[in-house]
Amino acid sequence: MKWLTALLLLIIAPLIGYHYGNFYALHVAGLVGIYCILCVGLNITVGYAGLLDLGFMAFCAIGAYTAALLSIKGLSFWITLPVCLLLGGLIRYLIGAPVLRLRGDYLAIVTLAFGEIFRLVANNFDWLTNGPKGLPRVGEKISEIRLFSLSFTNDLQFYYLILFFLLCTLLISYRLEHSRTGRALVAIREDELAAKLSGINVPRVKSLAFVLSGMFGALAGAIYVHWIGFISPEMFTFWESVLLVAMLVIGGMGNIAGALLGVLLLVGVPELLRPVLGTRFVEYRMLIFGLIMIVVIIFRPEGLLPSKRRAAELHAKDE
Amino acid sequence: MFIEQVINGLTLGSIYALFALGYTMVYGILRMINFAHSEIFMVGAYIGFWVLSSLPVFLPGFLPAYFLAVFILAMLGAGLLAVVVERIAYKPLRHASRLAPLISAIGVSIFLQNLIMLTAGASSRPYPEKLPLEQFNFFGAQVSSLQIFIFGLAVLLMFILTLFISRTRLGKAMRATAENHIVAQLMGINVNTVISLTFIIGGGLGGIAGVLNGLYYGSVKYNMGFLPGIKAFTAAVLGGIGNLKGAMAGGFILGIVEAFAAGYISSENKDIFAFVILILVLLFKPAGLFGEEVPEKI
Repeated sequence: MKWLTALLLLIIAPLIGYHYGNFYALHVAGLVGIYCILCVGLNITVGYAGLLDLGFMAFCAIGAYTAALLSIKGLSFWITLPVCLLLGGLIRYLIGAPVLRLRGDYLAIVTLAFGEIFRLVANNFDWLTNGPKGLPRVGEKISEIRLFSLSFTNDLQFYYLILFFLLCTLLISYRLEHSRTGRALVAIREDELAAKLSGINVPRVKSLAFVLSGMFGALAGAIYVHWIGFISPEMFTFWESVLLVAMLVIGGMGNIAGALLGVLLLVGVPELLRPVLGTRFVEYRMLIFGLIMIVVIIFRPEGLLPSKRRAAELHAKDE
Repeated sequence: MFIEQVINGLTLGSIYALFALGYTMVYGILRMINFAHSEIFMVGAYIGFWVLSSLPVFLPGFLPAYFLAVFILAMLGAGLLAVVVERIAYKPLRHASRLAPLISAIGVSIFLQNLIMLTAGASSRPYPEKLPLEQFNFFGAQVSSLQIFIFGLAVLLMFILTLFISRTRLGKAMRATAENHIVAQLMGINVNTVISLTFIIGGGLGGIAGVLNGLYYGSVKYNMGFLPGIKAFTAAVLGGIGNLKGAMAGGFILGIVEAFAAGYISSENKDIFAFVILILVLLFKPAGLFGEEVPEKI
């Protein structure tokens, strides 16, 4: 019942906002939705499996660039989307195969390195990506998303599209968390050796989580590029990946509600405050995030909305 | 062309090697990747920038003393900052999970970068040119006095550091702490002091590397630490992280690889090579070229 009310509110509230002409809040809501897909996706790797991924935006970039390139060629979104997901998943799988053997902090650095390589490739390979100037090129256009006779053009329509995909993301993530694989992931996070001895196929389960989470990154990228109609390598820097990790750390790693809270705090609140507090505030934003990240990891490492299991794990040493 | 690239590589390598020592020393003692080290480098470069642009050279004869002052101030400032960061952001996490200090270090990195961006401006600033520049001919290649200076200073500092670690009591204490904290403590070593000392020395060398980087490229910017930081970390891993001589060798190797990649293959894609080396070393030889193979403890 609680969930149904929340869902109804999510569906009706933007209509009221749109009616009264609050377009900015609607735009922010869409942005929050995109970040929620990214964060819930990243949570599968960072939260459930406990693998720190510092290059996640690379997969958002793969989704976004694939969608942009194909849709400039005139392909429909409903054809490009599966291509984006498969390509994102495939590249993620190929990277994961060697990388997932590494220990925690080395894995983090290697994902960072891959993320930067993707950004540099997007930046330097002009023939494919148009380099720093981004896509689409002058004279080209990313085609609209069409569903039967409806074409998605304004923020309200995209809000519902994003909401739909976010709900799918949440459903898949929730089902995963409470599945055999989800429990296997948590077992690996808490003690890889014990998990292996319990008969869990560790490389396979890790790889599955890694690939699935990358596909959500590609999904968010593909929708985003159709919505905004433009991409450049600037949007996928290391600091964007770090921002996602910060959202998970602050919200609560390993918990879907925590991931959503992290997005609301780090994207929703600052964007809504932007017109009130002015651009000066926006400049101080990252400074404050950095500080909050340090304070949270020291005093409340499980985040503000922790999953019970993760909190117990992190405080096990206090006993 | 060949000799020129070797010279460029050695200059770059000197900066990377000094920078890499901070990563490797901290990893040796605490087994953590000090992600904020690249910001210590950046702050060192800014201290040099502020001193150089506010303090005039009074007499031409005083130039060596003047530069000595610049480097000492940058070293002290960067070293102290590194210790403060350690006390605030890493010490409370010494017994936490392995990823906690890394996340905290990333938080520090974001904080320091944005602090400098907000106070010193978001655009890049030209580095004051107070060192007289001369070009020499070396087997048909051009060498600048600045390149010789960078190489000479880096080698001198590395020599002093090696002597310090191998010959002094404090150096011995550092080696003992790197080996085993608890046993070192039982032998009467104050582990906290040794850790602070590690951060002072590593941070100080990073600060000097920052000033040299500023002098060499002629500019400073708030995000200047990130890419060289990854490269210096790569150098440390390449040499075997935790191994001082490895970090020095790794720095020079990486500098030369980068110079050749830029000169012969593609200057636009030179940064990609550093990342590829980082990935390959971590995947196939995580102990590095000179490190010991340490079996994973269970």
